[in-house]
Amino acid sequence: MRIVCPFCGERDGEEFATIGGAAGPRPDPNAPDALALFHAYVHLRDNPAGPHAEHWYHAQGCRRWLAVTRNTVTHEILSVVLVRP
Amino acid sequence: MSEVQPNRLPVGGLIDRAKPMSFRFDGRTLQGFAGDTLASALLANGVGLVGRSFKYHRPRGILTAGPEEPNALVELRGGARREPNSKATTVELFDGLEARSQNRFPSLAFDLLSLNALLAPFLPAGFYYKTFMWPRGAWEKLYEPAIRRAAGLGRASGEADPDAYEKAHAFCDVLVVGGGPAGLLAALTAARTGARVILCEEDFALGGRLLGDRTEVDGGCGLAWARDVEAELRSLAGVTIMGRTSVVMLHDGNSFAAVERVSDHLPVPPPFQPRQRLWKILARQAVIATGAVERPIAFGGNDRPGVMMASAVRTCLNRFGVAPGKRACVFTANDSGWSAAGDLLAAGVRVEAVIDPRVKVDAPVTAGARKAGIPTFLGSHVTGAHGGHGVRGIEVRKPDGRTERIAADLLAVSGGWNPALGLTSHLGARPLWSPQIEAFVPGKLPPNTQVAGAVRGVFALPDVLADGAAAGAAAAEAAGFRSGAVDVPAASRDATSLSACWRSPGASGKVFVDFQNDVTDGDIVLAHREGYRSVEHLKRYTTLGMGTDQGKTGALLGQALLAEAAGRSIAEAGTPIARPPQVPVAIGVLAGPHRGRDFRPVRRTAGHDWAQEQGAVFVEAGQWLRPQYFPKAGESDWLQSVSREAAGVRAGVGVCDVSTLGKIDIQGRDAGRFLDFVYVNAFSALAVGKARYGIMLREDGFVLDDGTTARLADDHYLLTTTTANAGRVMQHLEFCHQVLCPALDVQMISVTEQWAQYAVAGPHARDVLARLVDPPHDIGDAAFPYLSAAGLTVCGGVAARLFRISFSGERAYELAVPARYGDAVIRAIVAAGEPFGIVPYGTEALSVLRIEKGHVAGNELNGQTTAADLGLGRTISTKKDYVGRTLARRPALQAPGRAVLVGIKPVDRSQRLRAGAHFLAMGAPAKPDADEGHVTSVAYSPALGHWIGLGLLQRGRMRMGERIRAYDPVRNGDQLVEVCSPLFVDPEGARLRG
Repeated sequence: MRIVCPFCGERDGEEFATIGGAAGPRPDPNAPDALALFHAYVHLRDNPAGPHAEHWYHAQGCRRWLAVTRNTVTHEILSVVLVRP
Repeated sequence: MSEVQPNRLPVGGLIDRAKPMSFRFDGRTLQGFAGDTLASALLANGVGLVGRSFKYHRPRGILTAGPEEPNALVELRGGARREPNSKATTVELFDGLEARSQNRFPSLAFDLLSLNALLAPFLPAGFYYKTFMWPRGAWEKLYEPAIRRAAGLGRASGEADPDAYEKAHAFCDVLVVGGGPAGLLAALTAARTGARVILCEEDFALGGRLLGDRTEVDGGCGLAWARDVEAELRSLAGVTIMGRTSVVMLHDGNSFAAVERVSDHLPVPPPFQPRQRLWKILARQAVIATGAVERPIAFGGNDRPGVMMASAVRTCLNRFGVAPGKRACVFTANDSGWSAAGDLLAAGVRVEAVIDPRVKVDAPVTAGARKAGIPTFLGSHVTGAHGGHGVRGIEVRKPDGRTERIAADLLAVSGGWNPALGLTSHLGARPLWSPQIEAFVPGKLPPNTQVAGAVRGVFALPDVLADGAAAGAAAAEAAGFRSGAVDVPAASRDATSLSACWRSPGASGKVFVDFQNDVTDGDIVLAHREGYRSVEHLKRYTTLGMGTDQGKTGALLGQALLAEAAGRSIAEAGTPIARPPQVPVAIGVLAGPHRGRDFRPVRRTAGHDWAQEQGAVFVEAGQWLRPQYFPKAGESDWLQSVSREAAGVRAGVGVCDVSTLGKIDIQGRDAGRFLDFVYVNAFSALAVGKARYGIMLREDGFVLDDGTTARLADDHYLLTTTTANAGRVMQHLEFCHQVLCPALDVQMISVTEQWAQYAVAGPHARDVLARLVDPPHDIGDAAFPYLSAAGLTVCGGVAARLFRISFSGERAYELAVPARYGDAVIRAIVAAGEPFGIVPYGTEALSVLRIEKGHVAGNELNGQTTAADLGLGRTISTKKDYVGRTLARRPALQAPGRAVLVGIKPVDRSQRLRAGAHFLAMGAPAKPDADEGHVTSVAYSPALGHWIGLGLLQRGRMRMGERIRAYDPVRNGDQLVEVCSPLFVDPEGARLRG
């Protein structure tokens, strides 16, 4: 797999680490139902066959976290952007 | 030693008759020539019987001339280099080659287990599963080992592989897989546009079928044309030709794995050369031109030595100058088999008959045979091949149903051609049935990939060349190059009409479809009768196509018979998807150089050489090598050394290399706020020049890591991690910043390797450091109390950082210097400590000291413990949000029954404790549901004079003084221990502050 890192350019997939699906924004810890929100944020993840929003870390490159959309069926990388521009 | 090769033709072939080579097969010394394969050399010597089959121990010979070979599997070489299951058809002959037949006992010609063949009626598909069901326990102990011994392939050497392997990457615009006519012209056409081209060919010679067939290209011999193309390709700067290289896998992202057999054609690899090299090839575009594999026909005895594929016979004659028989018959369902008859005639071999199931064959195809007066049988089938260790005659069934026996020692068979499309389905695309060629062709192609030539069912040479040229041009253009007019040479047009013939009606004797796995036509019918209707189930039940040849010759035949039994078309029945690798791959080449001590990189600290000089015993801590202990003369075991080191620290002073702890430099206006977010403790309030112990949680509320972090300036912190988690914490911190709070102004970088760091611990620690620290820096207790941190200089101007932190519970300091001074500074510390009897100590003594103080480490930070479990609840700030805060308040993580950190002592103080033992309440049964926790860390405490331990025990804090069992069934341990505080030494911390 090849990932075009917005900072480093096209690199081999082995340079990257992933933590899987990109969970939505971190919930508000002061919300009345914070416990339920955090439970969903940490534990409930989709596992679609098709485009999937993921977080990848360019561990052996620029150390940037990337928001990657990957097709889980074909491994095609549909988009890559820096999480923190 | 005999120089005679009885079956070698007097002239012809691509072998070098000036270079004779001597080799041994089953102990017999034989002769061949450079350019031979082991198979062709065996055939030249009249060796037709080369192995015994997998299940029935049937005599087997050489069926093919390529990597699709199911039968001729041999053991190569000897000693640690013994390599089982090598296909004789792909083994390049070298002088001194040693080969042995396999799966026979006691000898190839007389094999006791061939009695299995007599039991064949009782050994159908699925037989093992049905027959050896009872008694249940006997399968593993009795039946399976016996079956595995009887039914098997070669033996591995059992020794470490003495050869080296490499991995390499390659990049190109156009990758061409296959160096036959289509691949050659595709490569040339693409290369002429200026594209960077890699051409991979698994054979040691380019040319593909041009090597084995007699063809005409561009007005001359086809092979001469191939040589010209090769010469032009080699002259172009952007072209790489990789011979002896099998492309074994196609991955997503246009990447291909290929195995280059660098030294397999040599007795041993040359100095500093690998045996094989694994390539990862990244291609913008690929042209797959892998050709086709000829398939057999189902008739009785179709596995007998002397039955060969027609194309393999042609290769023997034309490429190797070998006549594999003296009296040949040809059984073909297509025109290419008639060409084999022509080649046999041209080589002077007597052709007894050509048998073709087709009633009508074009006159020009049969003309040669008729002219030579060869009997031809149209509308006829070969129903059986007779003989023992080799064919002696065949039985032909004519259209009127009468049979005729013909004496022959060679039967060339052609049941049609299966495109070698494996690579095209590696991404999951199903092959499609082509009624035109009665075979499967590639379905949906992988992205950026073309197929050319026989692999997509184009068989006539002029069409193959045109197809290759077009694919090469299209690939180059898709890669951004402009191709001009495409030049396709003229070529001779062999007739290629065909009809499918799967099975001879009225076959007599055993009929094989998968030769390597001994799958018969009867097994297919049986599988269908027992309900295995899909091709995938058929494969699993009968093992059809599961051998090292992946059923390249026979699997489709089996699928066709299944379709017939089910009354479906082959198109409806389908074919399984080929999975990588295309050919068997040595595990060694997948590991590459990463084995033994080179499995991963070794990291050494700046003080490594010094430690080695002191005779340190090193231990692996991740990639790091750390001194474990420093044995002294006269010490009988590690425990004695470790106890001396630990006691030396408490009594005087010791020094320990702690450079491997992760160090992360964090700077920025919001650095304090950031640390507040990643630690449970508050760091924004930490004063400059101070250090604090911190705990980091995962978002799910469990402890991730711990360490001390110092504030060096308002906007500058230095964070430390455990050795094991340094990389993981770095990744976590970057995530917390970039993903969770991107608005914060903070930067971080790992400085683990930039600083060498030494812990100097013990009552005399300050005295030692005072001799190193340059004036006017003051490290007196008033100016530099516990938990101070400062930048200063040592040893006359070396920039350093000093932290007063302690893992041992003693007065202790950690001195950090730039790594390049690490060696000098450890020597300076030891010199300065000499008057105080300074003791170098390793990770074992470090562990003893921390267990005596109840400090947690990796054994306690096991991913299932909370800060409260570890007795660290008091450090948690309640005034801020931080990672893990919310979920750490989950009821289950607050439950009063949780296992928490305690200390333990053996009731009988002379007993040794063992980590891993489970806690049981007195009187409780030794069962999992009575388990109340486990011992995490143990040490012999020199300070107390007995063994101590830390553990996680349910409701532990309320059980001080209770006696419980530490139960260790794995090591037969069962002892009484007393629960106590984990703080064994100096619970008030008086020694810490000095």
